[in-house]
Amino acid sequence: MTTWYIVMTLLLTSAAFYVSRRQAIFVAGTRLSDLHSLPIYHGLLASALALLSMLAVLAIGLPLANRYAEHSAVSKFSDASDPLQRSALMRDVQNVVTGQHSGEIAVETQAAAAAYSAAITLGERIVLGAGLLIGAAAAYFGFGRISVRFRARNAFEKIVSGVLLACAAIAALTTLGILFSVAGETYRFFFDPHITGKPGVFDFLFGTEWNPQAAMRADQGEISTAYGFVPLLVGTLLITVIAIMVAGPLGLFSAIYLAEYASPNVRGALKPLLEILAGIPTVVLGFFAALTVAPLIRGWGETFGLNVASESALAAGVVMGMMIIPFISSLSDDVINAVPQSLRDGSYALGATRAETIRQVILPAALPGIVAAFMLAISRAIGETMIVVMAAGLAANLTLNPLDAVTTITVQIKTILVGDQEFDSAKTLAAFALGFVLFFITLLLNYIALRIVNKYREQYD
Amino acid sequence: MTEIIQLRPGQPGRPTQAPVRADVKARLRARHRGNARYRAYGLSALVLASLFLIVLIADIVVKGAPAFVAHRLMLDVQLKADVIDPQGKRDRSTLLAADYMALAREALASAVPGVEGRVAKKQLNDLLSSGAADDLRDMVVANPKLIGSTPSVPLLLSDTADLYYKGDGTAVVQGPLARGIATPSGTSGEITILSSSNDFAGQLVDAKMALLARAAANRAEAQRIGKLKYEGAPERVAELEKSALELEQRGSAPAEEEVLDANLPSMLVALNGGLVKIAKFGNSSATGEVLVPLSSSEDAKPGSWRFITYTTAEAIRNVSDRSVAFLEKLKSAGKVDKAFNWRFFTAGDSREPELAGIRGAIVGSILTLLVTILTALPIGVLAAVYLEKFAPKNWFTDLIEININNLAAVPSIVFGLLGLAIFLNFFGMPRSAPLVGGLVLALLVLPTIIIATRAALKAVPPSIEEAALGVGASKQQAIFHHVLPLAMPGIMTGAIIGMAHALGETAPLLMIGMIAFIVDVPKGLTESATVLPVQIYLWSDLPEPAFQAKTAAAILVLLAVLFVMNGTAIWLRKKFERRW
Amino acid sequence: MLNAEVSMDMSLIPEMKMLNGQSGTPAIKVEARGVDVYYGEKHALKNVSVDIPERSVMSFIGPSGCGKSTFLRCINRMNDTVSSCRVTGRITIDGADIYDPDVDPVELRSRVGMVFQKPNPFPKSIYENVAYGPRIHAKAANKTELDEIVERSLKRASLWPEVKDRLSDSGTSLSGGQQQRLCIARAIAVDPNIILMDEPCSSLDPIATARIEELMEELRDSYTIVIVTHSMQQAARVSQRTAFFHMGSLVEQGETKKIFTNPVDQRTQDYITGRFG
Repeated sequence: MTTWYIVMTLLLTSAAFYVSRRQAIFVAGTRLSDLHSLPIYHGLLASALALLSMLAVLAIGLPLANRYAEHSAVSKFSDASDPLQRSALMRDVQNVVTGQHSGEIAVETQAAAAAYSAAITLGERIVLGAGLLIGAAAAYFGFGRISVRFRARNAFEKIVSGVLLACAAIAALTTLGILFSVAGETYRFFFDPHITGKPGVFDFLFGTEWNPQAAMRADQGEISTAYGFVPLLVGTLLITVIAIMVAGPLGLFSAIYLAEYASPNVRGALKPLLEILAGIPTVVLGFFAALTVAPLIRGWGETFGLNVASESALAAGVVMGMMIIPFISSLSDDVINAVPQSLRDGSYALGATRAETIRQVILPAALPGIVAAFMLAISRAIGETMIVVMAAGLAANLTLNPLDAVTTITVQIKTILVGDQEFDSAKTLAAFALGFVLFFITLLLNYIALRIVNKYREQYD
Repeated sequence: MTEIIQLRPGQPGRPTQAPVRADVKARLRARHRGNARYRAYGLSALVLASLFLIVLIADIVVKGAPAFVAHRLMLDVQLKADVIDPQGKRDRSTLLAADYMALAREALASAVPGVEGRVAKKQLNDLLSSGAADDLRDMVVANPKLIGSTPSVPLLLSDTADLYYKGDGTAVVQGPLARGIATPSGTSGEITILSSSNDFAGQLVDAKMALLARAAANRAEAQRIGKLKYEGAPERVAELEKSALELEQRGSAPAEEEVLDANLPSMLVALNGGLVKIAKFGNSSATGEVLVPLSSSEDAKPGSWRFITYTTAEAIRNVSDRSVAFLEKLKSAGKVDKAFNWRFFTAGDSREPELAGIRGAIVGSILTLLVTILTALPIGVLAAVYLEKFAPKNWFTDLIEININNLAAVPSIVFGLLGLAIFLNFFGMPRSAPLVGGLVLALLVLPTIIIATRAALKAVPPSIEEAALGVGASKQQAIFHHVLPLAMPGIMTGAIIGMAHALGETAPLLMIGMIAFIVDVPKGLTESATVLPVQIYLWSDLPEPAFQAKTAAAILVLLAVLFVMNGTAIWLRKKFERRW
Repeated sequence: MLNAEVSMDMSLIPEMKMLNGQSGTPAIKVEARGVDVYYGEKHALKNVSVDIPERSVMSFIGPSGCGKSTFLRCINRMNDTVSSCRVTGRITIDGADIYDPDVDPVELRSRVGMVFQKPNPFPKSIYENVAYGPRIHAKAANKTELDEIVERSLKRASLWPEVKDRLSDSGTSLSGGQQQRLCIARAIAVDPNIILMDEPCSSLDPIATARIEELMEELRDSYTIVIVTHSMQQAARVSQRTAFFHMGSLVEQGETKKIFTNPVDQRTQDYITGRFG
């Protein structure tokens, strides 16, 4: 249906363009230069009006049609007052409609599915009809304005300006979307009275036990759920600290070498290497961490008589450190290069060696930028998911031993949300609460880092 | 100029060096050493980072390369008409429904004749993959005339058999030919072999040595665990010590009789065209199970029979002694064939490692990226044009600027949460669909494209825009006709880098359910699909060792595509680099 | 002033050299012979030979891009930091070739200080700016000695009265003229015997410029000063000898008074009368 709608939109739009352009040429007659705007702008204006109105109808109409279909489906069920139950029923209906349902289908569900199908077909037809009608009307409006005097270009450019602004606003809307979805669910996690088993804010922030798995069956006995955030935070920070301990010196010294020592040829050869490292997908690094680095570290530990968990924080941290080396090195390289040459000259003219100039003049001058680079790298490490999903553990151990298995915020989000979930359980909402904390921490780090970098740039511009 | 004297530096006869005091000299030397040290730190940091990259890629190449080859059995398969199509209808549905596995098994049985017993037959049949029947079916359906003939057909082996031929099983050591006359008590089942000489004495010594080696290994393990302080460690130590003691006693006892178990190397006797696995043996007699039936129970002459050892204990390998015996027999009969594993590129996912391929994931990735580029590129470029050229200086513009910079660093998993909450739960879009995945990735790469486009627009000198305005173009005309085309190479470079980023992204797609096990190749934007990185993640979690190679091979494909994309971006940048 | 008066009597360089060692006459501190400088393919300086007398101010003048700054940067081998730069010919200080492979540029620069066009104090405190050089060259045995060096240098650069109460303030917080004097103090602190100044007043206002010129007058007693300047008036005010560069060549050199009143070469004449430049 959507495909049809798009095809019709394209047809109507191009028809509007050609007809209007011809009309403009016709109106101008032999003296084309009398037209205020080129014929093409008359065409563009009409087609833009048609396109925008049809897209607007689709954007408004489709959710309405879905809402209507859902309503007609739910009305077939005798008991569907509870929103939780309703969403479960709707999932069944959806499965029946798409043919993915396995096993027996209840009579009520079957009826609901039929109603749903009928309603959605009707709704989509109405949307298509309305879209064509309104689109044609808009195109006709543009067509009707065509005259020698009409400033079609100015009108069209106004529309384009609006589109440009809308595109730019999408970035702002994305942040709003994140806040709306993640913060909204987080609010429900803490304060929605319908959700059972949820923790208090204080228990969440300072609890030292994390166990979102509720007992699924009676024979599993009493497993108490707990939503203490502290072990996740400690696990995340432990891996991050290991990563920074690896990436900090390596990245910074790489940047120093590239910026201050390497000849242009060497720089040209080595910089792409770091860029390749930056381009390696994290799922690949996760595979490497889990299947190569972790057994290696475990083996080394055993030869020294250390008990190393097979999913040790050390393995995940080391590989994550490798991942963030390019971040630190390229950002540090930038800020070191931004240090004015005059400072270097001043130092060399006093008879300082390169190392002395770097240590005592360049690094202190570049320090804010380097701090920002480290903050951005830390924020990367905290938010990184695949490496820890594949190489770190699931059990929320509260420990600082890098040889133990720990879990992280991202691992828990992934674990909770992958696979079947009921949308309105405390467990699912807990993942959103974790996501909110993650978003908040990284946003704060990035914001501060960007402020520092901008201040730093101003200083030397 | 009154005089010009051309002199070379360091000419003899003139003082070249002002005297520098000795202590200053020493200090200078130390300072230069410090500088050299700094330089060395920098270089070693770079070398270490490069080394990591090299080790990473080498490791994946070594792990993944075997998955690009597959072993098959070249067997003469009788395509019997009474099995495939007893009624002679020759229509498609009959041909599709026939039991081709039976035909394949028949061919295998005739290549390894005389196998009896349910367990042994099952082990033989398990060497073949279910894909062997699929291949036969495809062949017959494509060409029904073959029915009744006996063509030589490559039959796909199971993953363990394939891995065995790739060297992941055991070494097979041929012992010396025996000196005595061997008398087997039968041709199959449990038999005893008597030798006229003490031919088994040497094997007995080997077995005792293997026992002692295991005892030593147990003691070392006990010592290691003894140092650790985890729960249950003392009990485990005691257990190991006890078993080591037993093994030592057995190993040092006089060489009379020994019982072999699955933890010791397997010892076999090859005679009369068959193979007997030794369970218990003394100096001149051995009892064991027949793995490959003997041709007769006649006496074997000296020099006509020998010992064979499978050096890896049966307990710690994936393939049984009997399977090894079958596979070795097939190999020595020249029935094994090695070929490039096209199936890896043409098949969708499967639970059977030898059948699994990445086509579904690749198509899923292409569909997803299509959605991403169709949404992110226009929106990103237009947003960048607005911000760079049209945006007034006000709080709203500032807000958008801050937003974009921060979005570039928001963890990707948060975008997954956004997709889950907004696209799936609010708008009710289908789970696991490339459409939703593409939209989520579009939001993810939008900042990259906007930032790259703004940089490209900035690099076009303002004089171009002024020139266009000067001849009476509107601002939009100046930008869309002149500035934007000149910025295009930079924009394309940014877009490709953004797409490469999206192609390697995994976490947000897990959130919107693109992690389901999907055998079929997706055909539309709203069908369930998976993408290459998610496929890699899924396979990496599976226990079969063959999947590990598949995972690495899929990674190699992904990396190859990424290198091509990034290479194109660099090439574009180099080719269209323009200095104003 | 004695030095300058004596040197006025000398018109020919070889004679000046003959007088080397005689008391009261200026020795040649820096001697350049046939110096060529290339930046990659570009031939920036062509066959330059110059003599710079000790304890006096010598100025290099000429239009932009004439090579005067390039030559200045050869004297302390600052051009070494530009990888594409190649220097041939011979430059000696006190008779020793500074491009000899045995010469350590780091050590050389501790004897030849430099002040740049734009004041470039390090983003550190005033004290640290001055103390930086003595520290890296281990000129002070302890904190007291370092304090003394800092104070003495700031006094010599006549900046001490203005900053003595705010030594821990950032060097970048000073005014432009103060920053430039801080850079001079920084150069003096290493105890060089030559100070190179690359248009030190071009970014300063007239009052600050006058102070720097006064300072040069004072420093002339103890240091050999070479100044590159755009302003002919400045060259006339501060220097005893002047060299005129044009298009990478040295056109004429001699007593400042003579160059400005009675130049030999037509190009010099044209330049000082403002026909080009």
